[in-house]
Amino acid sequence: MIIGLDVGGTHTDIVLVGENGLERKIKVPTNTSALFETVLTGIEKITHNIPPEKISHAVLSTTLTTNAIVQNKLSPAGMIVSAGPGIDPSYFRTDDHYYTVSGSIDHSGREIAPINNAEIEEIGRRLESQKIRHIGVVGKFSPRNPGHELQIEKILAPHFDKIFLGHRISGHLNFPRRIATTYLNASVYPIHKNFFEAVKSSLHQKGLTIPIYILKADGGTMHFDASIDYPGQSVLSGPSASVMGSVAFAPDDCETLVMDVGGTTTDMAVLINQVPLLSPSGIEIGNYKTLIRALHSYSIGIGGDSVVRVEDNTLKVGPERVGPAMAYGGPVPTPTDALFVLGKTHDPAGDRSKSVQGITPIAKQLGMSVEDAAFEIFDLACQDILTAARKMIERINRKPVYTIKEVLTGYQLQPRHVMVLGGPAAHFAEHMEQISEFTVRTVPQWPVANAIGTALSRTTCEVTLFADTQKGIAIAPGESFSQAVKSNFNRKDALEMGYGLLREKALQNGASMEDLDLDVLEDLEFNMVRGFRLTGKNIRIKLQIKPGLIRHYKTITDKIAVMPTCETGV
Amino acid sequence: MLKAKHKTGLIFFPAFDWAISPTHPEREERMLYTQDQVFEEGLLDIDGIIEYKAGLVEIKDVQRVHFCAPDEHSVMTQSHFISAGGAKTIADAVMRKKIDRGFALVRPPGHHAMRVVHGGRGFCNVNNEAIMIEYLRSAYNVDRVAIIDTDCHHGDGTQDIFWHDPDTLFISLHQDGRTLYPGSGFPEEMGGPMAAGTILNVPLPPYTSEEGFLHVIRELVLPVLDEFKPDLIINSAGQDNHFTDPLTNMNFSAQGYANLNALLKPDISVLEGGYSIEGALPYVNLGIILAMAGLDYSNVREPEYDFSKLRQSEQISRVIERTCDSVLSNWNARELIRMRMKGNKKFDKRRRSIMYDTEGFYEHQNETIRICDECGGVLQIDSTADTGNHILAVHIPRKACHACREQGLEWFDAANTSKYDLIFCQDRTDDTYRVRKA
Repeated sequence: MIIGLDVGGTHTDIVLVGENGLERKIKVPTNTSALFETVLTGIEKITHNIPPEKISHAVLSTTLTTNAIVQNKLSPAGMIVSAGPGIDPSYFRTDDHYYTVSGSIDHSGREIAPINNAEIEEIGRRLESQKIRHIGVVGKFSPRNPGHELQIEKILAPHFDKIFLGHRISGHLNFPRRIATTYLNASVYPIHKNFFEAVKSSLHQKGLTIPIYILKADGGTMHFDASIDYPGQSVLSGPSASVMGSVAFAPDDCETLVMDVGGTTTDMAVLINQVPLLSPSGIEIGNYKTLIRALHSYSIGIGGDSVVRVEDNTLKVGPERVGPAMAYGGPVPTPTDALFVLGKTHDPAGDRSKSVQGITPIAKQLGMSVEDAAFEIFDLACQDILTAARKMIERINRKPVYTIKEVLTGYQLQPRHVMVLGGPAAHFAEHMEQISEFTVRTVPQWPVANAIGTALSRTTCEVTLFADTQKGIAIAPGESFSQAVKSNFNRKDALEMGYGLLREKALQNGASMEDLDLDVLEDLEFNMVRGFRLTGKNIRIKLQIKPGLIRHYKTITDKIAVMPTCETGV
Repeated sequence: MLKAKHKTGLIFFPAFDWAISPTHPEREERMLYTQDQVFEEGLLDIDGIIEYKAGLVEIKDVQRVHFCAPDEHSVMTQSHFISAGGAKTIADAVMRKKIDRGFALVRPPGHHAMRVVHGGRGFCNVNNEAIMIEYLRSAYNVDRVAIIDTDCHHGDGTQDIFWHDPDTLFISLHQDGRTLYPGSGFPEEMGGPMAAGTILNVPLPPYTSEEGFLHVIRELVLPVLDEFKPDLIINSAGQDNHFTDPLTNMNFSAQGYANLNALLKPDISVLEGGYSIEGALPYVNLGIILAMAGLDYSNVREPEYDFSKLRQSEQISRVIERTCDSVLSNWNARELIRMRMKGNKKFDKRRRSIMYDTEGFYEHQNETIRICDECGGVLQIDSTADTGNHILAVHIPRKACHACREQGLEWFDAANTSKYDLIFCQDRTDDTYRVRKA
């Protein structure tokens, strides 16, 4: 059996899944100031009276690193940045301990200016005296040539606890994002490490010596030991938990929109034949644009607790939330109050008369009955969510492409199916189907779908390989890999090499042999011509284990609900 | 946080799957390192820099400008439709005020493509800027347009298309035609009798550097623009004046290109040539994009850049100053020159031979234009190419007067299909394009 645990803002959901499907599910309140207690209590409760040997592993999705970033509780990290010519790197300053140093590498990985060792040593001494323990080192074009980052690491390694190097964090070219990502990794490292080591040892003491996996923002998992070098990948795993929880119940023969209607926001994502769409660059969180792999998700400020008001005789829902619905003692009317008024929600914990009281002035302003006004509110919330969904699809379809083939084949996303989860999911699903071109369903077991998704997600990772046969090298800096190649080395050889590296990395990150679903993200080969003569080939390969569920999942989810298909009607 | 002062749109279409031939300068690899530089600098993440997806032009867009023989699909590959489509997409975004300025980094280029197209010349088949401009004139309230061509090669195609158009100002700065393809672009080439002066050619000596280019911009281009008062300024942004370009002999730099852009402030730039794919393009494009967006570009510098080594000689400076003075005096005398060219003639004729170097054949043209005081004048081109096609092309200009339009229609109707393989009528007054076949 597998434990899946997803920490949310108010509740933490924990499930135990196994041969009988959903074996157990519980919800415990999240105590943000004592997340450790929350997680431990959850695991204790879900495993109560279950022999430890029956549990294979646990997958955890927490808000630990996300909250640290959003609440600006990051531990200081020293950043050493070598840029050379181009945009002034001081624009990308992270915190007070940000140093731009000499050294320059060009787009082809050639050294243009060297690193000044004395300069690095001096900065090292200063950072040490300021009690900085964690360092990030980023060079422009380091994924083409990591030499400078490695040289700086060598100088600083004896004096610091942990050094994060840009080229190991991501193989994508985007210097400002690489700086932000490396900084976030370095600055969440201590809390991540301390937290999960504490979880692990507490579980050990209770006799539960199972492997612990962390859910990542790309909907994949990673073994805790491997996550020590990439703690930033745990940021914003929450939205991906819900998406992964929908995967098993989405049709495998068409495109599906997943909508998680929460209190403050509705989060949306796209599944193509059960495979979640990845974001083209990476997570944006707070002021940080990063290279952290993530599912393509979009969030709008409309949820069950959004503020409802009338402005210039027009009804408005959201985008802000000031408190819970009035039915639950909140200060302003919300879509949830509309559901109370319409008699769709019967929660005994809520007070319908408060909802009526809240919506009455809105009804007056609109010149209609309270029930009609409640319906208008509910309808508008659904309409706004659908409009945002259509806009998201349009944006995805507008993404620039760089080859004639892509322009002409012009693959366009056209989802017809929507899956909804979250508090008011059932009511929203019904109405959204009525007013739109989509078929709309709720995700089975949606109140804990996020935890189910967390439990069943497979281990993912990515490898970038770059070969230049003119120079006679193939490098995958993220994997600390470099090898001499002959002049006849080609794309097929590079793919073979990349697959090998990817397999190795996936297994190291905790993947099981049966879940190595290899996938090509980029596969380009260029003739290099110098002085009108063919001098070599420039080959770029990006491979991934794509996000999805572990092979074993079907025996589990088939017990929960049957997967629909677009052919037979969802 | 970086924020663009001017909202700047980019089309980046490197056509990673298109080449003229595997080792041709115009090949898949051309924009590869530029894309690396643009991505690595994080340009597309900057607030106010927006990347657009290139659309395709339609046949109709091409037919506003060109006479393609035998037809459009015979002389255009898909890449040409997308390259011109990229320029059109960015122009749309500017006109709809989604962006203040736009830059279409597209390939293949287009400024050597003339009005009649029998094939490829100078790596160009159709003229991206001209197609874009005539599209804008038909879709928006755009009349007067200025094109500043800063490619190292004379923009003879663009010059040909707008030769008789008094509403299009074309200024080309290029390496002296006596030393470089296509061998034209001398100050005497000033446009046809109704439009003389709206074509201005500034040949520059080999080894001209930053100060020479910027001198022309400050002393000639900006004053002329001030007087011409265009609705739009277009930059045919070739990047082969760079000191590392393998096909040319100039000493321009990334800083120079960025400075030129900051002075010129084009509404729309369209990439033309530039074949130093590693040493120049990544830096030149970075500089241009930052300058367009109003961002600091002072730290953009090529690895091999050395100001003192690149600096032009005093002698070159003197030559450029003299050229500028004479071009400027031509501009100032344009009314007089037009009068002299018109004389008492009813029609004016030109005979030309045009080389298609990419495919290696010649085209022979006899052009006749009606001398007119009311409009730009209707024209017909009798064109024979070594490929075997003999065509008659009638162009009725956008603002043609009644008499010119009637003349054009008469030419079209009267032409004998036993003499010509194809007879075309491009009527810009009602935006139609008609073909008669033998």
